[in-house]
Amino acid sequence: MHESIHLDDGSRVAIVGGGPAGSFTAYFLREICDRVGIEVDVDIFEAKDFSKPGPAGCNHCGGIVSESLVQMLASEGIILPDAVVQRGIQAYVLHSGPATVKITPPVNEKRIAAIYRGAGPLAPGGPVRQGLDPHLLRLAERKGAQLINRKVHVIDRDSSGKILLQCGQDRFGPYDFLVGAGGLSEATKAQFEKCLGHPVRHKTTRALIYELYLGEQAVDHFLDHSMHVFLQTFKGLEFAAIIPKGEYATVCLVGDDPGKEMADTFLASQEVTRLLPPDLDIYKRVCACKPLLNLKTLDKPYADRVALVGDSGVTRLYKDGIGAAYRLAKSLAVTAVFQGVSAHDFDNFYWKKCRQIQKDNGYGEIIFNLGEGVIKRVSPLRYGILRTVKNEQQKPGRKRFMSMAMWDTFTGSAPYKDIIKRMLRPGVASRVVFQSLVSLFAPPPRGENNDSVRRAWQALQGRREDSHPR
Amino acid sequence: MFIIQDGEVNVFLESANGDIPLVVLGPGDMFGEMSMFTKQPRTATVTAKGNARVLTVDKRGFLRRIHEDPSLAFRILQKLSERITVLNEEMSRLQETLAQYEKQD
Ligand SMILES: Cc1cc2nc3c(=O)[nH]c(=O)nc-3n(C[C@H](O)[C@H](O)[C@H](O)COP(=O)(O)OP(=O)(O)OC[C@H]3O[C@@H](n4cnc5c(N)ncnc54)[C@H](O)[C@@H]3O)c2cc1C
Repeated sequence: MHESIHLDDGSRVAIVGGGPAGSFTAYFLREICDRVGIEVDVDIFEAKDFSKPGPAGCNHCGGIVSESLVQMLASEGIILPDAVVQRGIQAYVLHSGPATVKITPPVNEKRIAAIYRGAGPLAPGGPVRQGLDPHLLRLAERKGAQLINRKVHVIDRDSSGKILLQCGQDRFGPYDFLVGAGGLSEATKAQFEKCLGHPVRHKTTRALIYELYLGEQAVDHFLDHSMHVFLQTFKGLEFAAIIPKGEYATVCLVGDDPGKEMADTFLASQEVTRLLPPDLDIYKRVCACKPLLNLKTLDKPYADRVALVGDSGVTRLYKDGIGAAYRLAKSLAVTAVFQGVSAHDFDNFYWKKCRQIQKDNGYGEIIFNLGEGVIKRVSPLRYGILRTVKNEQQKPGRKRFMSMAMWDTFTGSAPYKDIIKRMLRPGVASRVVFQSLVSLFAPPPRGENNDSVRRAWQALQGRREDSHPR
Repeated sequence: MFIIQDGEVNVFLESANGDIPLVVLGPGDMFGEMSMFTKQPRTATVTAKGNARVLTVDKRGFLRRIHEDPSLAFRILQKLSERITVLNEEMSRLQETLAQYEKQD
């Protein structure tokens, strides 16, 4: 009853959306077909021009390529050249009230990549960067995929069920297989739902991202090769991070109704003013955007000859969305070539991988709820955890269980299930409880004294002014 | 295992008669991949040629991912196959040279 639909020599595939999910799907489809020895045409439709600086040429995100993803991509032969990596990240600094703790991984290497998705911030006269998305698109093109720089307006089926696309007045197709990789764009989603024959419901939330101009020296001096994560800065702000990139700092806020007010409160908080340069003009912020974050996909995002991938399909909760796009794009390509492109084939193979990520998101929810509900509210527990992490930094890498759990939570490097397992190791919980009790009486753990960093900066500035008399 | 992200490295053998250069590797190339599968000590020495950015791939994490997605091992198999082809050619060349020497004797 369930007939498979196979891709063969001369089959045509259309991919709508040239973000990471679209590019990875094209890349692996072409690579696997090449290995097997079948010739399949792959067309990628992408509406954006990634050489334009600012929001118009960018798929907005924090821009962290996780440690595990950098390694997986490299072993696939997909490397991130220096021009794409704006900064290598080596450590995480957690800020909570007066407390700061630095977490470094066991391997002393700047393995996490901070990237721009497009050509970088919209700053007059600023340099144009090489973004991740155009880099991946180029790799897909090099594998033989064809990029069509057009927006797809209408998706339809012909009488035999094959797919027809329309960009403006121009028609494309028929295609044997259609991949939906348009992210969370509502208009594109509506076209796909029509073609799937059922709605695809997502749970989403809005985030706020903007780029703060610091200058390269100040980035070096104040942010170093660290990503800065903020816990419980004020009510309503769920998560905040500052990520160094070139001469900018990317500020990423998730919470209830993120907007200018939230951003101003955040920038004026003691945690942030302590971290950033004292002479910083925070209104020198350039480039702001309010992207949607996919929290949950509720249905099976496929039908015969059509499948959604990346943010428009299933993704990972909060962290490593690009990594999820890579894993599921590859799984989709493998399913399409080796099994087929019918709903039945996706049920049996692609959906299983999607489910793995969805299930793991369940564990992720436990971690984040614990963080939201308990750890952030109860300050002795929070400081207890920070204290445990701080004490662990003296131990050999493999023994830093709580630190590794925090590292993996914030970097998105490991499945959430593994993180929970690590937190629940015997000894770890009891140490946290002990340190929480200590925190009732002792002052919160403090990091390196930021005053000295500031004084060194002012001395540096003074010297520079002396050497350039006006 | 190590993978070059940017720049180039020299691979050579250290011997009593000085270093014997083997190959120059560039972006995307890997080395030390044999250590993923054997416990033998490293067989060659690698130094950066100018500035190079080299990524360490964690053995345990990588082997685990190979279990989830065996096709990840494909590129390593491909590299090793290529290397065997080169070695075979080298060997037949050496055998020819040896045969010529023997004829001369
Ligand atoms: C605030 C925030 C921070 C994040 N931080 C990180 C992070 O640090 N690290 C990480 O790994 N992930 C992060 N993510 C998640 C990550 O951004 C997404 O998971 C990822 O972009 C998904 O890729 P995608 O290809 O599915 O979709 P997208 O990146 O959204 O790409 C979709 C593409 O489709 C194109 N498109 C849409 N409709 C059409 C059409 N009709 N015709 C032609 N083209 C079309 C769009 O122009 C776009 O280029 C973050 C997300 C948010 C919101």
